Amino acid sequence: MKYLKILSMGNHAKHAEKFVNNDSRTDWHDESLWYVRNKRDKAAHAIDEWEELRELASQIKTHTLTKLSDYLREFEANATKNGVVVHWAKDAKEHNEIVLKILQAKNIDRVVKSKSMLTEECHLNQFLESKNIEIVDTDLGEWIVQLKNQPPSHIVMPAIHLKKEEIGQLFKEKNITDIESDDPEFLTLASRVFLRKKFQLSKAAITGVNFAIAETGEVVVCTNEGNADMGVHFSEVSIHCMGLEKIIPKRKHLGVFTRLLARSATGQNITVYTSHHRRPEKGQEKHVILLDNGRSERIHDDDFWTALKCIRCGACMNTCPIYRRSGGYSYDYTIPGPIGSILAPSVDLEAHGDLPFASTLCGSCTDVCPVKIDLHEQLFRWRQIISKKQGANTLRELTNKATSLVLFNRNLYNLSTGLMKYVPSFILNSKLNKWSKGRKTPKISNTSFKSWLKNKNKL
Amino acid sequence: MKIGLFIPCYIDQFYPEVGKISYLLLQKLGHEVYVPMDVQCCGQPIANAGYEDLAKPLYNKFVEQYKDFDMVVMPSGSCTYHIKSHYTNVEQSEQLKKIRRVTIDICDFLLKYEKDNLPKVEFSGKVALHTGCHSLRGLRFGEGSEIHKKPHSKLKELLSYAENAIVNDLDRPDECCGFGGTFAIAEEAISVKMGNDKIRDVKRQEVDYLISNDMSCLMHLGGIIKKKKEKIKVMHVIEIFKDFVNG
Repeated sequence: MKYLKILSMGNHAKHAEKFVNNDSRTDWHDESLWYVRNKRDKAAHAIDEWEELRELASQIKTHTLTKLSDYLREFEANATKNGVVVHWAKDAKEHNEIVLKILQAKNIDRVVKSKSMLTEECHLNQFLESKNIEIVDTDLGEWIVQLKNQPPSHIVMPAIHLKKEEIGQLFKEKNITDIESDDPEFLTLASRVFLRKKFQLSKAAITGVNFAIAETGEVVVCTNEGNADMGVHFSEVSIHCMGLEKIIPKRKHLGVFTRLLARSATGQNITVYTSHHRRPEKGQEKHVILLDNGRSERIHDDDFWTALKCIRCGACMNTCPIYRRSGGYSYDYTIPGPIGSILAPSVDLEAHGDLPFASTLCGSCTDVCPVKIDLHEQLFRWRQIISKKQGANTLRELTNKATSLVLFNRNLYNLSTGLMKYVPSFILNSKLNKWSKGRKTPKISNTSFKSWLKNKNKL
Repeated sequence: MKIGLFIPCYIDQFYPEVGKISYLLLQKLGHEVYVPMDVQCCGQPIANAGYEDLAKPLYNKFVEQYKDFDMVVMPSGSCTYHIKSHYTNVEQSEQLKKIRRVTIDICDFLLKYEKDNLPKVEFSGKVALHTGCHSLRGLRFGEGSEIHKKPHSKLKELLSYAENAIVNDLDRPDECCGFGGTFAIAEEAISVKMGNDKIRDVKRQEVDYLISNDMSCLMHLGGIIKKKKEKIKVMHVIEIFKDFVNG
């Protein structure tokens, strides 16, 4: 079984091959994301102190993570003082049950939600639906993929894999519109009309959290569409769901991150809305759920704890030449791209062990990251761990053992390169050699550099 | 200087010309050049595949054989980066620390120590440049567009010695070519797609040559060019000094 598994292609490679098969669509996907990456470059390069900002953000996050429990307690105390109910959730299950309990206490069966990758991580939608509670994603992209019964394919642009024609078709199918249109303005207006009703009928709103400030006990939500605010203001109950790592110490630190976040994510100078949710309005209830779900364990991991600095801007996806050409779904994990590839293996090594290999280690992700996570080095480190976990005597291990031996021993090296010369080119360029499917195999030279040098020195 | 030249296995076997020119050029510039015949590999392909431990004997051998030189020079940014950054799981002896310090890619070496001694050479044609990612981002051979710093390119600097060469910039000069070692096989479809896209970019610039400092990228890109029967020639940047060293 082990042999078969290793012999077969990894999941990512399989999905990617399928994606790439549609060449023009791959180009379209690649170019859409490259456009965003370019916009990001322009926005970032317009700020002289960009590199200093990244360094500062990295240091603030590093500091906060090393004193995380202190800051979390400070946040809890201050939020509670503000009249917010703070909940602690150990894992996704506990998180979802807390949400359910809050809703059931008020007999609420309709909820609007604004983009939160954390609730995707917890599969909250599916959970609430199974309890007969309607939950509607109200960000345009998020709502589109919800209509399609798909997860987001990108953490900031969840429907980036869909063309406007396909969205028009979907809206017609789901009776959101009565005609099929590919006019973005028309489609946006139709969703506004549809979603407005949902806002009016919902008594509860759920939002994600970009930053939580320990000093003031407030949470900050950065959005472009205003839907998170509308949800919160319309509702009797608001629930803000966040991972433990979203804490920053003081309000004065926030500016460092808001300057980096939108520029890195979409190339905007700042998101349209940066909303501070501090205390419930009169007659309203406000809850914050702090989710662990493996984070407190990761913080003790010398190799990978800095992944917790991530502010979920998605820049590493936009820049990744593999993500752009294989799409978000090829990663089979809630968070795709380079950051997903270093988070996923610690969640389920068996299922996601191939992701750290879905990279050329080009390092673009590390250079684009606004909080300076050494993404490609972490991919390298994961590879070492995964190969060890796969154990000895797998085909991969044996191949590498043999390679190491041949490269170590000069006689073996000379023998095998000598023999290689006699392999006919029709075999080298046949199906047996995967290299040659899209590329010609290079020819071994009659005189290697070292034999040339040996002869030269003899003369 | 007493230089230990390292020619990685794929250059030794597939592109011996690049090895020869490296050797002769350094000699011609007045250096004592030695090539320890027992070392074929820095261990990178095995470590990048996730078997750092199996690469250890190669690391140790490399250190043992190259410990006595003033500089360790190689025509491969990728191997240079590996030695400097990833020789971490073996004993950090003084010898190893020295090797990590004195290891340098040949392009870097030429620009750092031989800037005024390099000749102007006859080489004409339109050229597109590809800096391997490990050189670009690992050794800072230039500034990727991600980083907000003054742009520079070591490849372009070297090309300035070929007065009649015209460099046409790629639309995406810092996009990875898709080689990535074992990635080229494990993720064959994406690897080839990335290579095809790179060649498409090169073709748009209507050039005669694609020049890089990394033959492993060029092994992949050259393979694509041949498969597509394109006319673009690939070469290592130091090959512009070919006539100089043979003259």
